[in-house]
Amino acid sequence: MKKKTTDTNRNELRKSPTGIRGLDEITEGGLPAGRPTLVCGGTGCGKTLLAMEFLVHGATEYGEPGVFMAFEETAAELTENVASLGFDLKTLIARKLLLIDYVQIERYEFEETGEYDLEGLFLRLDQAIDVIKAKRVVLDTIESLFSRLSNPAIMRESLHRLFRWLKQRGVTVIMTGERGEGPLTRYGLEEYVSDCVISLDHRVLDQTTTRRIRVVKYRGSTHGTNEYPFLIDKVGISIWPVTSVHLEHHTSDECIPTGIERLDAMLDGRGYYRGSSILLSGTAGTGKTSVAATLADATCRRGGRCQFFSFEESPEQIMRNMSTIGLGLQQWVKKGRLQFQTVRPFYYGLEMHLARAIRLITEFEPQVVIVDQLSGLETTGTPVELKAAMMRLIDFLKMKGITAMYTDLTSDGNSLALTDTAISSLVDTWLILRDLELNGERHRSLHILKSRGMAHSNQAREFIMSERGIELKDVYRGPSGMLTGSARAGQEARERALQVIRNEEVERQQLDLKRKHDLLERQIAALHSEFSAEEARIGRINDYRLRQKQSRAGDELEMGLSRKDDVKIGRKLIPKNGGNGTKS
Amino acid sequence: MKARPRRNSRLFKAPDWHLQLYVAGPTPKSAAAFRNLERICEEHLAGRYHIEVIDLIKNPQIARYDQIIAVPTVVRKSPPPVRKVIGDLSNTERVLAGLDLRRHDSSPFVSRKGKTQL
Repeated sequence: MKKKTTDTNRNELRKSPTGIRGLDEITEGGLPAGRPTLVCGGTGCGKTLLAMEFLVHGATEYGEPGVFMAFEETAAELTENVASLGFDLKTLIARKLLLIDYVQIERYEFEETGEYDLEGLFLRLDQAIDVIKAKRVVLDTIESLFSRLSNPAIMRESLHRLFRWLKQRGVTVIMTGERGEGPLTRYGLEEYVSDCVISLDHRVLDQTTTRRIRVVKYRGSTHGTNEYPFLIDKVGISIWPVTSVHLEHHTSDECIPTGIERLDAMLDGRGYYRGSSILLSGTAGTGKTSVAATLADATCRRGGRCQFFSFEESPEQIMRNMSTIGLGLQQWVKKGRLQFQTVRPFYYGLEMHLARAIRLITEFEPQVVIVDQLSGLETTGTPVELKAAMMRLIDFLKMKGITAMYTDLTSDGNSLALTDTAISSLVDTWLILRDLELNGERHRSLHILKSRGMAHSNQAREFIMSERGIELKDVYRGPSGMLTGSARAGQEARERALQVIRNEEVERQQLDLKRKHDLLERQIAALHSEFSAEEARIGRINDYRLRQKQSRAGDELEMGLSRKDDVKIGRKLIPKNGGNGTKS
Repeated sequence: MKARPRRNSRLFKAPDWHLQLYVAGPTPKSAAAFRNLERICEEHLAGRYHIEVIDLIKNPQIARYDQIIAVPTVVRKSPPPVRKVIGDLSNTERVLAGLDLRRHDSSPFVSRKGKTQL
């Protein structure tokens, strides 16, 4: 037998798994085996379904046949009710894995006179258990006996005996009960069941209902004590508890491209961290969905899977709109890589949204999840609830290593929405898309507010959407502030013109300089030649003086000779300079 | 229909009244129920009834088919509609009411008595 129970050698409480997603997590293994469990709750909160699932899973997954003793619905009704969940009770009954005993007790048929007991019921149950060798029993709901039989003393005595007897038989029992005003159940059923009590609840808040489950009591075992939301949908009951309160998810150093080249560059040249959560906030029409769709496209292009939740648009609308920026999302949907889930936010409560999301993600196993957009969910719960739900979703995705992108609408003038402040501390990367109005034009800009563990760019980029996709351009940053669009183009043109003028100026100055240089060169050359001329003149003057001197000396001698100056004649024989002294 | 001689009625003709008494083994309650039922029938349906005692311990599956939860239980199989009375049948008035015997009763005394009590 494939019975999955905890090790009995360790003297632990044996548990009987319910097979209901999440319930075994909360109860840490299932219901107490061989003992009765009370499942109580108001009308229509899923008691019967939970009990039936317990039997069906027991029969199909754990090899434990079960008896369903119904006091309110006939076997045919029960079969029909759960057929939509894919439970084929007829086959199970035919295979002797399930036995439904409808206990018909119509009050008008009854007259009570004197002493009696419920031996008939015991014998029925006993026989049913024997026939299919049942390990599980459901009594749904035995309380109806109280309302139909008038002697409560007999009822109590009989029920005490019934549960003693069921324990002896070692069957695991679920007994359902209507929730009463004061006590847990209307007829105080909890007094018979002291081992495990589970309470179901179906609350309406702001016109949306949320189902919740709580383990009120579990003798001999630890259990999750919170109220957990649960779903009833096409696969039956599922509970999505966030049982991990510890932040111990595996962090990845691996990055995934954003699908926008320059955004990758802004994010340290790598993109988003795998398994990180990205918040994309911006006012209406700033291109949040486009950035998200680009990520989806990039993911699918690399062969990954992407789950796209939209609370605003239908898949067709998203695909059409994205085709205008060059994203062919249809092909990925066809290839089964992209899955859309679109539903109006107010259709379910927050918990239901969360639970559905988690279920889809669990089934689809995407690498990237996109939630477009969070602000839609604001209406479904209080900020505290929203934050709690987001935390659970983010933690869940992180544990799974799924990269998640949440877009969020912010109102004009208020750069941060309510949801932003609620989840800002939870996200790793926060991109802000902004509208810039300038010269009667509207432009978009993108900047990174934060990106944990990354040397990201601090600069804003102009964000342009075209049929080629999303492009990021540098914005003009100058003394007059940040400019985008035609203002940026105009500014750039002005800059270029200025540059031309500046270049001309420089050229002219260079020419001037050259001219000056040439002039000086020429002047230097002129001076050089003047200098040489001067030198030559000085040489000539010296020569002349020398020659003059010689000629004067010759002349004096001539004159002396002619005057017969003896001294002079006599001096003709002595050196010339001796003659000078005698002259005066 | 005319009343037939009491002793031979069961032998020659199916009686008008078919009553089933469900018990779980020979308990004092079962015995008391049988005694009480027989007494009432003798008083009110002399010669027109048949009591079938069904022991659920011997045939437990019958409890499910016949929708029995408490024992002892008397079921009026015929005439229709089906009526049930549970308990040891110690309160004759309630048995009469439960099995809807008064309308079929020939005794004006009991009928009147029943009316005054109600």
